[in-house]
Formats: sequence, C-alpha cells, structure tokens
Amino acid sequence: MAKRIVILGNGISGITAARNIRKRSDDPITVISSESRHFFSRTALMYIYMGHMKYEHTKPYEDGFWKKNKIDLVYNHVQKIDTKINSLEFSDGGSMEYDILILALGSKTNSFNWPGEHLRGVQGLYSLQDLELLEKNTKDITKAVIIGGGLIGVELAEMLWSRDIGVTLLAREKYFWDNVLPHQEAKFIGQHILEQGIDLRLNTQLKEIKDDGTGSVKSIITQTGEEIECQLVGLTAGVHPNIDLIKNTDIRTNRGILVDNYLRTNIENIYAIGDCAEIQNPLPHRKSIEPVWYTGRQMGEAVANTICNIPTPYDPGVWFNSAKFFEIEYQTYGNVPNQLPPEMEEFYWENKKDEKCIHLVFEKETHTFLGINVFGIRLRHEIFDKWLVEKSSITDVIDNLEASNFDPELFRRYEKDIRAAFYAQFPELTLEVK
Amino acid sequence: MKKLKILGLVLFLVGFGIFNSLFFIHQYSIRQVDTSIYLSERQDSLFHHLSEDFSQEIYFSSFSFANKLSELIDQINDFQLKRYSLTPDEINRLTELYQESLTFGMIGIEDIFDKSEPGQFKANAFKNFGGWLEGRTFSNAEELKTSIEAVSENIKLYGVINQKGIDRYKKKDLLYTLTKQSTFGRAREHNLLMFFLSIGLSIIGAFIYVIIPDKKQQQVYKSSISNRGWLGILTGTYLILFYIILYYFPQYMTGWVILADPVSMFIKGSEAGPFFLYGLLYTISILVMGIRMLLKYPNNRYQQIRTLSVMFFQTAFAFLIPEILIRLNKPYFDFKNIWPLDYDFFFDSQLNELLSHGSLGLFMLGWGIFLILLGVPVLVYFFGKRWYCSWVCGCGGLAETLGDPFRQLSDKTLKAWKAERIVIHAVLVLSIIMTIGVVYTYWTGESNFLGINTYNLREAYGFWIGAAFAGVIGTGFYPLMGNRVWCRFGCPLAAYLGIIQRFKSRFRITTNGGQCISCGNCSTYCEMGIDVRWYAQRGQNIIRASCVGCGVCSSVCPRGVLKLENKDEKTRL
Repeated sequence: MAKRIVILGNGISGITAARNIRKRSDDPITVISSESRHFFSRTALMYIYMGHMKYEHTKPYEDGFWKKNKIDLVYNHVQKIDTKINSLEFSDGGSMEYDILILALGSKTNSFNWPGEHLRGVQGLYSLQDLELLEKNTKDITKAVIIGGGLIGVELAEMLWSRDIGVTLLAREKYFWDNVLPHQEAKFIGQHILEQGIDLRLNTQLKEIKDDGTGSVKSIITQTGEEIECQLVGLTAGVHPNIDLIKNTDIRTNRGILVDNYLRTNIENIYAIGDCAEIQNPLPHRKSIEPVWYTGRQMGEAVANTICNIPTPYDPGVWFNSAKFFEIEYQTYGNVPNQLPPEMEEFYWENKKDEKCIHLVFEKETHTFLGINVFGIRLRHEIFDKWLVEKSSITDVIDNLEASNFDPELFRRYEKDIRAAFYAQFPELTLEVK
Repeated sequence: MKKLKILGLVLFLVGFGIFNSLFFIHQYSIRQVDTSIYLSERQDSLFHHLSEDFSQEIYFSSFSFANKLSELIDQINDFQLKRYSLTPDEINRLTELYQESLTFGMIGIEDIFDKSEPGQFKANAFKNFGGWLEGRTFSNAEELKTSIEAVSENIKLYGVINQKGIDRYKKKDLLYTLTKQSTFGRAREHNLLMFFLSIGLSIIGAFIYVIIPDKKQQQVYKSSISNRGWLGILTGTYLILFYIILYYFPQYMTGWVILADPVSMFIKGSEAGPFFLYGLLYTISILVMGIRMLLKYPNNRYQQIRTLSVMFFQTAFAFLIPEILIRLNKPYFDFKNIWPLDYDFFFDSQLNELLSHGSLGLFMLGWGIFLILLGVPVLVYFFGKRWYCSWVCGCGGLAETLGDPFRQLSDKTLKAWKAERIVIHAVLVLSIIMTIGVVYTYWTGESNFLGINTYNLREAYGFWIGAAFAGVIGTGFYPLMGNRVWCRFGCPLAAYLGIIQRFKSRFRITTNGGQCISCGNCSTYCEMGIDVRWYAQRGQNIIRASCVGCGVCSSVCPRGVLKLENKDEKTRL
C-alpha cells in the first residue's frame, strides 16, 4: 500500500528527505512550504542582497526537477496539525491527510524582549521574507546596528557594508564570538572585522531600541547608556527551533521537537529533522540542536532511509563546520573548546601579514589529536575526519599537514612554518616514536 | 577616490567617443591614389575612363565612397565581359562548324575568332573550358548549341572575371585598399594625436577606472551592463556591428585602421590592415582588463598567475611575434594557435608559404603538427584542457579578461548542456571534413571531395564558423550569453581538448567532503555553464569535457569546497 508522505518545510532537510525517499520508493511525496515555491539555498540570501546572484541562482534544482521526480510542491501555510486523524489544516481553510509526516520547520530568529524590538526597521535575517524586508528597510539608509556577534551577524554586516551602510556591531562577548572560538582566533577575527570598517563593539549589550515617533527605529541605547543613531537594527543573536505550530499538539517538545536517534517523535508516524529537531541523546561532542546546513542534509538522508524500511540512526560523525568572515574563510574539525580544559594542550600559529591562523588541540597525556580551527587556509575534510576517527596523534597531524591542504594550486603554503613553530614549542615531541 | 574613478570613466568615454567619431569624420577621394599598382593596364584605363566624376569628388562617408567604388569595379567587369565573352554570332558560327558531323572537335576553332587580343583570348578560353566536350557526338544541333552556350557561360563566370576582370576576392581587397589609400583629412594628418585622443585616452581612462577599487564592481546583478540591462544589450549590439564590419566590410572602417598605422610602422614596418588594428585593440583589452582581474583577486595566486599568462601569450605570441616575423620577411605565424581552432593551418596558401621558407617554415609546420598530435593530448592528460583554454589561448584570454564581467550570464540549464554537446562536436566534425577536403585538393589538384567542392566548403567554413560564430557571436554575445559562447558551443579545438579531458586526464575538480552549503556561487560564476553545485553538494568530483579550469568556482566558493587538481587518474571518479 502506498503511504502518503508529507514533508513540512522545503529547506535542505525536508528536500533531502524528499529526494532520498524518491530514490527508494514510489510513495506519493508532498513538500509544503509557505516561504518559497521552490527549494532555495538559505545560505545564499546574503549574495542576493550583495548583487552576486539572483534568487533563481539560489535554487539548486531546475523547477522542472520536481515534477520529473514526482515530488508535489505545495505553496501554502499549515496552521494546525491534527495527529489523531493524521491531517493538516491550511490557513486558507483547506486540509491534507498524511500517513507519514516529516517536520522540517527550520528556525526562528532569537529575541530577548528588548524594548522596541517590534519597531519598523528591526529585523532578523533567516528567511526569504526577511531578505525582502531588509531590501525595504535599508532603502536609502546610512546607519545600522547589528545585535549579536555570530555568523549571521557578520554576514549581515558584510551585506550592509557592500552597500556602504555604516555598521555598528554589538557583541556582548569579550572577544568576537568567543563563546565558540578560543580567545586567540576571537581576537584575530575581531581585528579583521574592524579592519573592514565595521564598528565592532565588544562587551556591549543592547538595552533598548528607540522610536523616532513614527514607529520606526531612531537609535539604540546600550546597557552603559550610550545612544547610537541608526535606521536599521539587525537582530542576529542566534536562532531557535521554529515550533510554534507544534506547541498545541501532543508532539513532545523541549527547545525543539524531541526526537530519538532515528529522528522519530513520540508520535509513531511523525518525524522531525533539521533545525527544528532536538536530539534527546546526542553523540559525544555533538549538541542536541545543531542548526547548520549539513546536519539538515544528513538528517534528511537518515530519515529517508528509515521511512523506506532501512532503519538508519542519525549519525553526524565528527563535528565540522565552516564560515566566512568577510575575506577570511574559517573551517573547523573536531573539538576545539573556547576554554581549554586542563587535560588538553593547544598549539596556536598565526601569520599576521597574510591573515592566516591555525589552532590545534590535543590530549596532554596521550597526544591524541582532538580538533582544529583554521582561518585563511583550506583543509581537506576527509583527511581530518580520518585523523579524528582514527585518533591520530598530534605529531602525525603536524608531520602530514601537506596532505591535508585544500588551498588552490600555486597558493603559498605554510606547512613548514607551522611545523617549525610546533616543534619549537614542543621540542619533546620531536623524538616521539611513530 | 570615487571622483577619480568617475574621472576614469569620463576619460574612457571621451576616448571611446572620439574613437567612434573617427569612423565618420574622414574624407575620401581617390584623386591622389595611383590605381595602376592595383589594376591591370586596361582595367586602369577603364577605371580612369569610368571614374571621371568619381575622382573629382570628395566623399564624407566611407559608405558612399566604398559603395560607389564597388559600382565602378562592377562596371569594369561589365566592360571586360562585353569584350571577352563569346558573342551570339560567334556561338552560332561555332554551332555551324559542327552541324554536319554533330561531333565536337577543336579543329577550325581558330577561324571562328578574329586575330585581335580578345579574339585570341576567346579561342584559348574556348579550348580550355570546352575541352571536356571533345569527341562527343550530339543527337541534334539544338543539343550541340546548348552545350556550347554552357561553355560560353563558364568562360564568362570563371575565365573573363578571373583573368580579365576583378573577382570577388580581389574586389574585397581592392575595396579596402583603395578606400584606405583614399582616406584623408585632418585626422589623418594628425594621426598620432588622434591615436592618443581616442585609443590612448580610452586606455588611460579604463586603467584608472579598473585600478580604483569599488564594492559595486562585485554587484554584477545590480549593474545594467553585466545583467543584460540596456547597457549590456547596447554593448552587445556595438560589438556585433564591430565584428560584422571587421570581417565582412573592412572598407568602411579605414578611418579606424589609419589610427594604427604609426604603431604598425613601428612594429612591422608597414601600414596597418584591419586585422592589425583588431589585434592591437584585442591585446589592449586583454592587458587593461587583465589588470582588473589581477586586482579583483589580490590574494589568489592561481588567478594572478593565470591572468599574467594569458596577458603574456596574447601580447608576445599572438600579437608581437607574428608581426615581427613579417618584418623579418618570414611567414606570419602564431606559435600557440592550434588547428582546428586555427582552421586555415592546412590551407594551400599557408602550406605554400611555410614550404617556401626553408627550415624555419618547415619547423613551423612541424611545430603546428606536433602540437595537434602530441602537445594537446599529453598536456591535457597531465593538466586538463585548462593549460590551453584559460592559460594560453587568445579567445580564452579575451574571455577571461574583457569577458570576466559577463561570466555569470552563461546558461546553466540541462537544455543548454545538451545543445552545447551537439553543436560543438558538429563543428569539430565539420572542421575535420573541411580540412581533409582542402588537403585532398592540395595533394591531388582535384577540387571535388565526396561530391563537395572543397573551395566552397572552406569558404563557407570561414564565413560561418571562422568569422560569424567565433567573432560576431563569440564576442558580440558576451553581454548576452556570457563570455564563453564560442569556447562552449563552437570551438573545435575545445571539443578536441574536451574529449581527452573527459576520458583520459588527471584533471578534476575535487569537492571537499561535506562542507558544501549549496549556495550556488560556483554555478553562477561558471562561464562554461556547468552546474558545479550539482556535483559539489553531492560530494562528487567534477569531470566535464567543457571545464576550462579557470578556477573561479573555487575562488568564489565561500566554504573552501572546490579544488582544481591533477592527481592519479584512478582517483578521479
């Protein structure tokens, strides 16, 4: 018997699930979204704003792809889920029944009930609609304040910078993004952001947003009482699972929709994947909620297998991620804690002139390599994954750095400098038997 | 800074405006031109006879001058046709000659024609063109006459026009040469000043414009020129018209060509032709826009060195060395041009030219063949087709520099990919057939190959592929379909390189594990229209015949996902 599979959300998780189910089954698949008619890459929103791309370029598949693969796309908003009768209710009054429901609802921008956060000109940056709003909100403006120094904060800063809008970036951390990055990299990247002409204010928190009398933003006030004039306030202090729709159902939630390792919710025929899912028992070194692109993709793949009767637990493997801060690319593999615990040892190398740095962490006792942060040099995912899975020693990593380089050909190479600096700092490791 | 940039733009536009006005502001008069150098004695006297009014007049447009000149040449041909063609009376008398036997022979032909020069020409021509009739027997006089008339027609078309008149190849040359000789006026007298005010100012302005950084330059989809806006369409139209005039009507652009005379005198010791001017503008474009490219990727050594490479090969190999060879009385030869892109490499004129230049000519011939048979496959095996297409080639050089602002306009759809494979391989096959035919004719003297006239075939290839596709569409469509239209859909060498790259090469673009975020920068900026993201988001290596290895996908990737590599062939897939 064909099962009717309905996927709520057409982001990377939902779409990956749909595509992978289609590879294994002929069951009818419907993907519902009220954000966009077709799957687009959320990560490329900034490039649309900066004029590098148009919306159509952010769509990874041609529009005809979905029909060809018999994946029905529905552009509509679901306002209610009735898990008793397996039915969805649309805001336009229609409804749809499902046999299996996959929730891929994504995230929402965090806010902290700041006074004035509902004024015109205050917004987050997550959805296509946010981007349209940003176009409107930044028309002819000269000054913006961004609240929150994370990845989206930097992206928004670069977007506004590209249009010559003055940007003040408020971060409550001591160094930029030091809730994630060790202080060395945090300082390094903070410096780069400053050099781009961004007014980066560390140790600074928002107190309130002021109204200009017409319902629009006039300025913001910091906790220390300083007033900064601006016409846009970007709220980029992270995201949280978008679960408003779930709140009045019997699907269990905490911060996100609670799922087991097979991405099943407490309701038998309902799954949750991507940003909105909260893994009850995450693997070591993985968090219960990880709103990043590839986890969404991996969850989509896993849930597709499970639904097609090949039960597959979600296993994201070793942590990795990447980002770009203006001109500097960042990659991370494994575990590099922002505060070094006593049982770990670290090695940090920086080339100020070329704006490159690398930070390796290993176990003090066993010298097992634990993780790496790198800025300005591209590294090979496969190799670091292998080194981390095989628990290679730090000297193995240092001695074989060349093999891990993924920079384009003809680029200057830094392995020798790094190795020399490493053995100068840890001369006792030179003689380690390999 | 912004003001300086605007100043650069203004200077460029002023220079460009002056350049364009030079197309129109010259005067044209043939009075001072010694036409006897270009025409036979009789043609020249006919010309003087016919051009009494024409030579007195001063024209203010190259169009009306050259068109009038064209009419005069046609009139000369008409006169010659009248003089050297068989008259109806002569045809009748020839028919009578064989009426009784109804068998064709050559005896008695001399008596039909008079002993004058035209008569002798006719007698000889009839023997040559009618030779194939010899010994043939006809069933009646009607049939006989029809055959004789056919011979008479052939004499008109090929005998008279080629030997006594001005055939269309000579006419094209003559139109250009005489118009150029007839071009005069203030602008010609102040040639160097005009060169500076037009091309010089454009270079300076463009240079200032490109060296001043501007964030807006990155916003390609907000700019009218790089987003098929009105400015883009205007630029495309301009380029298309430029190429049409250059290839098909060079006589109209003599006002531009004379600008390059001083440079040409300096480099090759003779006056400029339209293709010298074109080569000069082409090289300048690659150099100025190459500098733009160098500044666009300040921290990217792959892009830097690659750009320097195309700048070098264009300046030295494509532009300077061939012209200097001419100055040294050696054959014009571009050492980096390879058949079948260089489609006339095996033409008889080229072969004769090389063979008449001793060991240097032989070396050039050998070098060209070596590149085709060994250079291409070996280098593609080790480095991919990029070693040529985005490091050495002139078409590639222009695409990577002048064309860079348009790279995002290439079509990424599956449909376009399908069309690309059909069209480019069809051109490859056509170029091979054309060349085999031409060589066959060279070898055997037989002009028919597989039922096709090889002269017509080569001419059609030159007109439709060599000029229309490679030039008019190839560059004219930069602002409409991206900077690699020719390389992607048309270039037979790219097709050849691509087949090797696809099936036997160490080159591939590697993707970096799971880091791809499907943003689409790579696909958007792929000038060859490859949907790079399709592969990257699956973690698959990219092995495509069309990839020219420009490396821009890797350069624009915000997550370090793509890397061009030459590694062991076994690890490609």
